[in-house]
Amino acid sequence: MNRRFDMVRAAPWLFTLAFLAIWEGSVHILKIPPFFLPPPTLVAKTFVEFWRPIYTNSLFTLSTTMVGFALAVGFGLLLGLVIGWSRTIYAGTYPLMIGFNAIPKVAIVPILVLWFGIGFIPAALTAFLISFFPIVVNVATGLATIEPELEDVLKALGASKLDIMRKIGIPRTLPYFFGSLKIAITLAFVGSVISESIASNHGIGNLMLQAQAQFQVPLVFAGLVALAIEGIVMYWLMAVLERRMTGWAQRSGFAQT
Amino acid sequence: MSFVSLDGVNHRYPDKGGGPGFLAVEGLTMNVARGEFVAVVGPSGCGKSTLMKLATGLQFPFQGEVRVAGERVTAPVKIAGMAFQSPTLLPWRSTLQNLLLPLEIVEPHRRQIRRRKSEYVARAENLLASVGLGGFGDKFPWELSGGMQQRTSLCRALIHEPALLMLDEPFGALDAFTREELWGVIRDLHAARGFTVILVTHDLREAVFLADRVLVMSARPGRIVHERRIDLPRPRDLEVTFTSEFSDIVHELRGHIVKARQ
Ligand SMILES: Nc1ncnc2c1ncn2[C@@H]1O[C@H](COP(=O)(O)OP(=O)(O)OP(=O)(O)O)[C@@H](O)[C@H]1O
Ligand SMILES: [Mg+2]
Repeated sequence: MNRRFDMVRAAPWLFTLAFLAIWEGSVHILKIPPFFLPPPTLVAKTFVEFWRPIYTNSLFTLSTTMVGFALAVGFGLLLGLVIGWSRTIYAGTYPLMIGFNAIPKVAIVPILVLWFGIGFIPAALTAFLISFFPIVVNVATGLATIEPELEDVLKALGASKLDIMRKIGIPRTLPYFFGSLKIAITLAFVGSVISESIASNHGIGNLMLQAQAQFQVPLVFAGLVALAIEGIVMYWLMAVLERRMTGWAQRSGFAQT
Repeated sequence: MSFVSLDGVNHRYPDKGGGPGFLAVEGLTMNVARGEFVAVVGPSGCGKSTLMKLATGLQFPFQGEVRVAGERVTAPVKIAGMAFQSPTLLPWRSTLQNLLLPLEIVEPHRRQIRRRKSEYVARAENLLASVGLGGFGDKFPWELSGGMQQRTSLCRALIHEPALLMLDEPFGALDAFTREELWGVIRDLHAARGFTVILVTHDLREAVFLADRVLVMSARPGRIVHERRIDLPRPRDLEVTFTSEFSDIVHELRGHIVKARQ
């Protein structure tokens, strides 16, 4: 029935197309050499041409990212709950966490290489280290901002602290947790690519570094596109998961448009 | 011996800055006998909700003593069902699941809820039906109107059949007709089960219709300034609210509140 053109649904495609068109147009009009900034058509051609190495390296990056991300989810959730549970642990770990988060993760890669050699492990660990913090902070925030009225409901029934955690703390924190996953997954990609481009013989990071060394600039960009696609897909998955799990928390007009 | 007693209770909420804050209630003394229905009325902000929290161990007085069922209250009491001033339903649970919450916490239901799930669900559905919410069990709290949420919260206070029922303006957001209907529900439950009720309300007719005794509180810091026994015979029919005896009592109480406000 509804044959009206749905602007909101079309917008992502239109804006992406417009972006590519402007890019393509500027490169041609301004006569920018392809080894400086290749036009999207050339990037696409390269992407198809080199699909095999792009594919295998993407898979490698995806797996290091996912392993790091999974670790971050597990530890982040656990630590967030522990921190939210006890004020003492919160106070005790806070400076450590802030300090740790302030360290640029690039600086840690050499240490990881020293301990674990190059390749898969440092990439996964860098992804873990970089994506772990937002999960902890969000889970702890979720617990810290529980309405005392809701707590009172359970306390008035004689509930233990563990009961309150199970019946209110955890469900109430889930929207924060799933929200943080969207941030964490993108950061995890940053981490693994950083590590790959410093210390790995595989992965998109490494592919781009090598392409750059050989002045195959279109291939560098093709690598970027591959990363972007992986990032979008994973982000989208997390967003779907978030909506599935915490629909009750997403009722405002802001959440829907 | 009284079932719930507050004796010379002072309570203050601390300031945000950690200062001493101001007194919310001062020299609050009251006694409620087992099975009694007591209504508390008083100006807004005089400490009625505070009284409810003190009596259930959600807040502790910095002076004075609170006793429930003979024991000094040092932790949230386990025998109370409480309906707060706002509905405080858990938004991630459906209405029915919200009702089951107390059964998941309070013994002995807690141990039995897995085994007797269908029985408990039936009990919750009956309770919902009795407040006119039959068939709304699957709805989430945000899909209910304010009055429906309050009725749900009332059911939640009742589901585990507590010995002490604490109701903080449970009918505040309801229209006059639903309200009178629920008066009947509470009246009948109280008559049938004989639990003790403390009801906070702004509606003097409600207080007089339901209670055995009405306590009037002063403006902040609140304490009891007047006590009125209601000797209208039970069971009371809604018709009693249109008698002159009834309106005389309401009128008299109104006078005390007006004084308390000053
Ligand atoms: N959590 C709190 N922190 C600080 N002050 C509070 C808190 N709760 C209540 N107060 C203060 O204590 C006083 C008594 O509050 P209370 O909620 O008991 O009043 P009330 O009689 O229930 O009012 P109403 O009829 O409007 O519900 C008020 O002046 C209020 O400002
Ligand atoms: Mg109140």
